[in-house]
Amino acid sequence: MPIKRQTIRDHTAEANLFARRAVIALVIVAVLMGVVLSNLYNLQVNQFEDYQTRSNGNRIKLLPVAPNRGLILDRNGVILAENIPVFSLNVIPEDVEDIDAMIAGVRQYISISDEQVEDFKSNLKSQRRFKPVALRTRLSQDEVARFSVHQHRFSGVTINARLARHYPFGSALTHVVGYVAKINRNDLNKLEASGQAANYDATHDIGKLGIERFYEERLHGTVGYQQVEVNNQGRILRTLDFQPPIPGEDLVLNIDIELQLEIQRLMAENRGAVVVTDPRNGAVLAMYSNPSYDPNLFVHGISSRNYNALLNSTERPLINRVTQGQYPPASTIKPHLALVGLEQSVITPETIMQDRGRYQIENVSHTWRDWKRGGHGDVDVIKAVEVSCDTFFYDLAFNLGIDAISSAMMEFGFGDYTGIDIHEESDANMPTRGWKRAQMNEPWYIGDTIPVGIGQGFWTATPIQINSSINMLINRGEKVLPQILKGVQTTSGVVDEGVKTARPIDVNNAKNWDMILDSMYGTVNREHGTARLAYANTPYIAAGKTGTAQLFTVAQDEEYVEEEVALHLRDNAMYVGYAPYNEPEISVALVLENAGGGSSNAAPLSRDIMDFYFRHHRFDKDGNLDNSTAIGSR
Amino acid sequence: MNSATFNPKPTSFLRRMHIDGVLLIGLLTLMAVGLVTIYSAGGQDADLIQRQVIRLGLALVVMVVLAQIPPMMYRGMAIYFYIIGLLMLVGVLLFGVMGKGAQRWLDLGFMRFQPSEIMKLAVPMMVAWYISKFTLPPRTQHIIIGFVMVAIPTVLIAKQPDLGTSLLIASSGIFALFLAGMTWRLISIVGVLASAFAPIMWFFLMKDYQKQRVLTFLNPESDPLGSGYHIIQSKIAIGSGGVDGKGWLQGTQSQLEFLPERHTDFIFAVFSEEFGLLGVLGLLGIYGFIIMRGMWIAARAQDAFSKLLAGAITLTFFVYVFVNIGMVSGLLPVVGVPLPLVSYGGTSMVTLLAGFGILMAISTQARLMSR
Repeated sequence: MPIKRQTIRDHTAEANLFARRAVIALVIVAVLMGVVLSNLYNLQVNQFEDYQTRSNGNRIKLLPVAPNRGLILDRNGVILAENIPVFSLNVIPEDVEDIDAMIAGVRQYISISDEQVEDFKSNLKSQRRFKPVALRTRLSQDEVARFSVHQHRFSGVTINARLARHYPFGSALTHVVGYVAKINRNDLNKLEASGQAANYDATHDIGKLGIERFYEERLHGTVGYQQVEVNNQGRILRTLDFQPPIPGEDLVLNIDIELQLEIQRLMAENRGAVVVTDPRNGAVLAMYSNPSYDPNLFVHGISSRNYNALLNSTERPLINRVTQGQYPPASTIKPHLALVGLEQSVITPETIMQDRGRYQIENVSHTWRDWKRGGHGDVDVIKAVEVSCDTFFYDLAFNLGIDAISSAMMEFGFGDYTGIDIHEESDANMPTRGWKRAQMNEPWYIGDTIPVGIGQGFWTATPIQINSSINMLINRGEKVLPQILKGVQTTSGVVDEGVKTARPIDVNNAKNWDMILDSMYGTVNREHGTARLAYANTPYIAAGKTGTAQLFTVAQDEEYVEEEVALHLRDNAMYVGYAPYNEPEISVALVLENAGGGSSNAAPLSRDIMDFYFRHHRFDKDGNLDNSTAIGSR
Repeated sequence: MNSATFNPKPTSFLRRMHIDGVLLIGLLTLMAVGLVTIYSAGGQDADLIQRQVIRLGLALVVMVVLAQIPPMMYRGMAIYFYIIGLLMLVGVLLFGVMGKGAQRWLDLGFMRFQPSEIMKLAVPMMVAWYISKFTLPPRTQHIIIGFVMVAIPTVLIAKQPDLGTSLLIASSGIFALFLAGMTWRLISIVGVLASAFAPIMWFFLMKDYQKQRVLTFLNPESDPLGSGYHIIQSKIAIGSGGVDGKGWLQGTQSQLEFLPERHTDFIFAVFSEEFGLLGVLGLLGIYGFIIMRGMWIAARAQDAFSKLLAGAITLTFFVYVFVNIGMVSGLLPVVGVPLPLVSYGGTSMVTLLAGFGILMAISTQARLMSR
């Protein structure tokens, strides 16, 4: 199409037009540059701090570093719980050229099952290439040594060490020290609830039982942090800052491991519980519940087969019989009842009862029998304890009534936690009218009171309760609570925790204490005393009380014949005692399940324990080993 | 000036080589900044620098060669350039080679070739040639024909899909029309039509990934680990640079590889992180300097074709800068436009310097004619 309007061009006008447009374009360019710049100004000046923070947040990561768990030592400094390195064989995938060849090579030195290889390969897929993946865990020292020699041939394969808990004395201390195991969901929830979760960021295990559980917070310590620079893959490039973790406290227990091991040896044939305390300060010198089990099994995750075996065992090894075993206290509480009788003037030192071996109350057809057929004849309160006369205490219980008995025995700590420093404790049962109403929806009958007089019936107690109550007698009403923890090991020695006390028991007549302690002296040292034979010729003067708890009710017209009763229904043999009589250093409480009479079975074992103590392991008032005073060495 | 002088000015060599010294200084400075930044962004990789230097050298040769051609020859060749370019674009759509999810390449047997790069120069040339045939300001029907000339390659390239390049080509043609004196009334109508076209684009022309980019641009924090990641990391890099920057090789965002596309499209973020707002001011200063020089050359050009072409090339160069910095700093959606002469990468570099070669041809020609 021809263009007709092709006139002479006005070059000046066109140049001016272009110049105007060029200027306008430049103005627009300038405006847009201004927009860009103001946006950059906003980012780099106004929001600088925000973006700087985000930039640092990108590159700086805080890695938690687990603190070393505090050690647990016995009173003489013997290590009861330590941290030992456990070795694992780790592989950094990106540093290994041929995984299969590497595994084949490593297998020459370390046994790896096909199952472990499979696990390893499936873990490989879910991990970053530069993060180590475990090929084997818990290498033996031998394996570590063998592999280390050849390590240079395996690039990307390293042996890593982690500290894990180890209990060198195994089953001897399981119920005291307890154990740690892997933190589970339940633990995590608790840690979160208590605001402790961050402190456990790098921690593998947590205390599950015993001292490990009770003093978890003190043993654990405080997490440290490593501030590292990472790239976008999360790979650590360098460490910027390190805030070391604060290790947990090294706890020193009152336990004397040699005494504990001796007791474990003595108890080998028995199911039962032994607790040895120092009545001067409540220190728990030994505490053993048999059967026990190896706590090390739990540290690395117990197999379900092993766990079920423990759980379902009729021997019930998981129970700490010292603090959780609920036994009828039987005759071991007769001294306490005698004191209550004297205090309440239900009896006097002069009260004499004629015991014919049977006890009856008006309008009740039931007959309560004494353990001795035909009875003990004329008995006063001292003799009643010494010979463990049942009839005397049936009558005493009848005259006191359940309300007076319960409230007095609660003063001695029955029916309540002793305050011992482990969580595995039962409060057992000190029966009252209200308790029976609530439990059985029945009123309290007078017939219920009579057996309470000999520590039977509805009354149950734990060995630690019984021991604690004996210590109250020894201390004439002063209360020192049982404590497993002695103190904290510091660079300048052991800092003691101090004695825990409670409000003492008040009496109207302090001489009553003397009478009761004298009756326990007589039990061991006078002619008819039930523990006289067991404690014959000791180089120290002991006092104590036997007990035989019936688990089986013999019909009114039958005799108890041990051989005819099923093993698990045979009597529990019990003993409580202390020595030396004048300045008591140790008190012992023990229960031997289904072992028969306390006098013939429990008292001799108690003597063995005391002999061992006085021969090798006497401690002064401050808990220091003082073998210079050892007596009775053969 | 006497050509037989014994004391030639230092610029006489450059002048004989048809090189605009002022422009060259601006370009070389920019390239130097680019190399310094690529060295940091690429993890101090000497090979990367070597390859970029070779590419820059080649592009500079192209620039010098194109500077020798008189503008009148460009005017004569414009229509052939344009038609060949169009045919190749159609060829790309029919026989093109796929790469990175887009069909942009033509395999010529001995080399791969991206025809859209030719169009970056062919389109403004064509429009400038067509419009300058008539007296200025152009009449409406010429403007409409000009728009059609722009629209055909723009749509073809957008279909590849290559949004960044089609944007650059569209603007180069439109700048020529604007500089020619297209009336403001027409400009407003085009503006209205363009805004009406936007929804049509959204619903019928844009691919899902392109829509996603726009959505991400509108709210990058909505998908911080997905498609918003680039923009968030880029803004963190820029913002954390502050006024004076973290220092060369000290940018944690880039050195620790949080920043994507560090040495290519997102190199501006690396630069801002390490050199701060002060560095940015300097860099924008160099760009401003080059643009001013380009517009000055355009204004001084002797004929309408040269003026329009020089102006369009210069303003398109600005579009590169604006779109790239805009997207890296979160002002614009992410479209694949490099930071001109700074980003690592070849094809667009050659085209850019070819454009400056033409600019230099116009510049020196103007001076020769004015003498």
